[in-house]
Amino acid sequence: MKARLVDHLATFFFWLGAGIILVLLGALVGYLLFKGCKWIDLDFITRAPENLKAGGGVGPQLFNSFYLLVLSMLFTVPLGVGAGIYLAEYAGNGDVNPALALPRSKRASNFLLAALNLSIETLASLPSIVVGLFGLLIFVVSTGWGYSLMAGALALTVLNLPVMVRISLEALHAVPRDLKEASLALGASRWETIWKVVLPAAFPGLVTGGIITAGRVFGEAAALLYTAGMSSPVLDFSDWNPLHPNSPLNPFRPAATLAVHIWKINSEGLIPDVRRVADGSAALLIIVVLVFNLLARWLGSVLYRRMTAS
Amino acid sequence: MAQPKITINNLNFYYGSNRALKDVNLEIEAHAVTALIGPSGCGKSTFLRTLNRLNDLIDGARISGEILLDGQNIYAPEVDVVALRKRVGMVFQRPNPFPMSIYDNIAYGPRIHGITSRRELDGIVERSLKAAALWDEVAGRLRHSALGLSGGQQQRLCIARLLAVEPEVVLMDEPSSALDPISTLKIEELIHNLKEKYTIVIVTHNMQQAARVSDYTTFFLNGEMVEYDETEIIFTKPRDKRTEDYITGRFG
Repeated sequence: MKARLVDHLATFFFWLGAGIILVLLGALVGYLLFKGCKWIDLDFITRAPENLKAGGGVGPQLFNSFYLLVLSMLFTVPLGVGAGIYLAEYAGNGDVNPALALPRSKRASNFLLAALNLSIETLASLPSIVVGLFGLLIFVVSTGWGYSLMAGALALTVLNLPVMVRISLEALHAVPRDLKEASLALGASRWETIWKVVLPAAFPGLVTGGIITAGRVFGEAAALLYTAGMSSPVLDFSDWNPLHPNSPLNPFRPAATLAVHIWKINSEGLIPDVRRVADGSAALLIIVVLVFNLLARWLGSVLYRRMTAS
Repeated sequence: MAQPKITINNLNFYYGSNRALKDVNLEIEAHAVTALIGPSGCGKSTFLRTLNRLNDLIDGARISGEILLDGQNIYAPEVDVVALRKRVGMVFQRPNPFPMSIYDNIAYGPRIHGITSRRELDGIVERSLKAAALWDEVAGRLRHSALGLSGGQQQRLCIARLLAVEPEVVLMDEPSSALDPISTLKIEELIHNLKEKYTIVIVTHNMQQAARVSDYTTFFLNGEMVEYDETEIIFTKPRDKRTEDYITGRFG
């Protein structure tokens, strides 16, 4: 009787936990969409913001968010997956000996491995504002770039790298050892095995990693305040030469993203329609993240099906 | 007798301090099937994996002695392991097709070894699947995923995938232990047909299988090669008491 009661209580408690998460999320997203959706129209999405007058849009900020995503992924994905491959396949990390491990003499020493793991964990727990200030020192000041997309992309890379490494590592570990050995036994080299067998098999996991880190690029503000900056130059959307200062594609111009813009107008906006712009931007951001996730998953599964003929 | 395909001289294999193979001496005949039998943990799989150096990948593994393939020591420093594995292929215990189409599975090896011509690949795929007695079952769905095949078909696909790189020696590590009786029979027929062109070494737990498919049998116990002879002799008049005990089912 007692065991049954406890069982019921436990079930109820778990159910409650799941329920609260759903309700919280639903309420939050619902509230934001309810407050913001009515302000979103083509004008809002494409227009440049105003400084003092009402009626501005968030076109450049939206563009900046996407451009920053592309730039930071350009660093995060190869570095993260590369480090993941090294840890999962080459370094002989963990209790399972990877099929592709290098001969002992060419492997990382235990000390190096421990140092590597510690750095990844430490990096993962750094507060984003600290990463932002670090980015200010290194990517903004010492490089002489000033506030720029490039500095923001690098700061986000620092922030996202540990996540990307961890997720790649897990995805690669999940690829059966059998497959790696089969490839090696056919006379494939390590690189051929990784490129043609391991990476395709791990692809869905890697896509998940990419989506998680991408979500952070859209949502991050603190790390960008002092790196990509809080303003954008007047952008000329007819000039796509990345070397021109007013070109949207110039990676060395300052660029406020949508998330940073929300923070900025809420804290120091002088426009009379702060509420409209802030609420609309918040709703727009949520929609953008949602659409991006769905598209990325869809594209990922199409690619995976093509690779695996399934 | 012609020169043996593989000659093993005083082979010792260590996992750390554990000596898994003890002074193994053996000659493996070309174009014949050699079966390795023995109880679990006797070193027969370890031995098999020394023949294509797949054990190189294991932590703390050490080897002494030599293995001569056509008279050349495969553990000599100048030997290219990748090239060796092209000559000495392996079929694993559990079918392990790549998560790709049937066609791409077979073409994987040839592509790696530099064949790009579509027509040439088509020919290799067809020939390999026919040699593995799988062509009739899959000819219409080469572009479908290999993972949709049954276990027995998957194992024959793995054999076809191996034949596509034209190895000289085929190592089989309990190739039918995960399969049903009918699939097992098909694999055994296949082994029988393959020995004309290839030298086959097979590890098996199943003594009837060893008796059915092999020309020579060697009995391993605790890392030692106890006895080696023609299969018929091993199963009818073994010289060693331990072999006799094992094949009559007194242990193992």
